[in-house]
Amino acid sequence: MTNDELITKLKTIIEPYIQDEVAFKTLSEDTDFINDLKVNSANLVDIILDIEDEFNIRLENEDMEKMLDVKAAMLIINTKLKA
Amino acid sequence: MKKRVVITGLGVVAPNGVGVPDFTKSLKEGKSGITCHDNLKDFKFSCQIGGVPQISDEKKSQYFTDLQLRGFNSSGILYGCIAGIDAWKDAGFDMDSESQLDYDTGLIFGAATSGVEKFREAIYGVDDGNVRRLGSTVVLQTMASGVSAYLSGMLGLGNQVTTNSSACTTGTEALLMGYERIQNGKTKRMLVGSCSDHGPYIWGGFDAMRVMTYKHNESPEEGSRPMSATASGFVPGSGAGAVLLESLESALKRGAKIYAEVLGGEVNSGGQRQGGTLTAPNAEAVQRCIRKAIENSGITSNDIEVINGHLTATSKDSLEIENWSKALGRKGTDFPYINSTKSMIGHCLAASGSIECVASIIQLKNQFVAPNINCEDLHSEIEALVDSNKIPTEKTDFNFDIIAKASFGFGDVNACVIFKKFNY
Repeated sequence: MTNDELITKLKTIIEPYIQDEVAFKTLSEDTDFINDLKVNSANLVDIILDIEDEFNIRLENEDMEKMLDVKAAMLIINTKLKA
Repeated sequence: MKKRVVITGLGVVAPNGVGVPDFTKSLKEGKSGITCHDNLKDFKFSCQIGGVPQISDEKKSQYFTDLQLRGFNSSGILYGCIAGIDAWKDAGFDMDSESQLDYDTGLIFGAATSGVEKFREAIYGVDDGNVRRLGSTVVLQTMASGVSAYLSGMLGLGNQVTTNSSACTTGTEALLMGYERIQNGKTKRMLVGSCSDHGPYIWGGFDAMRVMTYKHNESPEEGSRPMSATASGFVPGSGAGAVLLESLESALKRGAKIYAEVLGGEVNSGGQRQGGTLTAPNAEAVQRCIRKAIENSGITSNDIEVINGHLTATSKDSLEIENWSKALGRKGTDFPYINSTKSMIGHCLAASGSIECVASIIQLKNQFVAPNINCEDLHSEIEALVDSNKIPTEKTDFNFDIIAKASFGFGDVNACVIFKKFNY
């Protein structure tokens, strides 16, 4: 999967939870879930579950702690997919 | 001096009508909201009928965001928020997620249990070793104060925000708690109400107690028969009622529409003494509750013109009538008009008090006494105390000033409130 394909999939997953449309439209690898997209921190858990379902992977508590922006999410997903 | 308290907004989600206009129409027509439920039959319930408000997905989207509805499975919170928002808007306020925090409005919204279906999902998840996948909203939907948490956030309320719980007394108690808070000058407005989930997991315990009727599974609309000789147990219901209470000075200042005034009331407990138990009322305490409510309202028992009873359609209806009769010192043709909203909507449990307070206020405002449906065969013990004309089976237009509403609940708890037509 290319990075563009991965970002497209991530965007679909994240969209229901974002509260800043402008930041979402210009989403890049540097976009932060809470600071930029204004995702409610409680919803990060739901994003993790949706990612698990989409990619058929399992994310541990340690992964979740690191998954604060798009770049980190991509890195962790790619690592899991290769494992 | 204590503040006078009036009602400036109403909201209701009842089995026979969602929204005040539909509910008012149903009250006038004596329309039943009781239907058959196949899932109750599948689960082998004795009672396979119940009252469930009809809420379309489109309607849900008018009150909740898509995000709020993700994984949402709490019918009580759904009903409570719709009723609460309706009451708020009815009083002339907007729902705006960017609104300024309103420190002058509080919220007491009661519940008995919250999100029982969501709780079931969570229990299955935990038992399967899958707690990590429950998602973020189990707590919010299953905590008793879930409805207050959701609703206060939607409206931006900044005074006291809480949930009370006192079984089937809950809604009437919430109203009186909010009333006292305004009366004592702690806030200008209180949004009060209560809600109850629907479905087998909330109703099962009552079915197990054999207190619900099993005789009307083929004739649901005839199932709820308060005060009838053939009453055979209550029919379970669900929904929510909401009332915006406001200090008279605040309401007048805003030029708000005023439905009625809350004259006073009383909340007490029979302490499970003198015949009172976890499930049965101490008659002396019930009578005291009614008498104190009248006393606190600065009126006499002869001023009560209409009663909206608790009257569930169990064997306790006769005792309730006897308690009213003794407390008021009135009987026969001297007894006030009395009705039971439950004949149309069943027993909405924790929501019953608030839905029936809304029904009482609607009848007072529109000057009619709603019919007691399914009561053509009045129970002889009741007829011995009250003239049958005082228990109308048809809608009765009537000019009156004062209605009393009482609710009684498991745990031997009582609440009685007095509403008066508003006069400046």
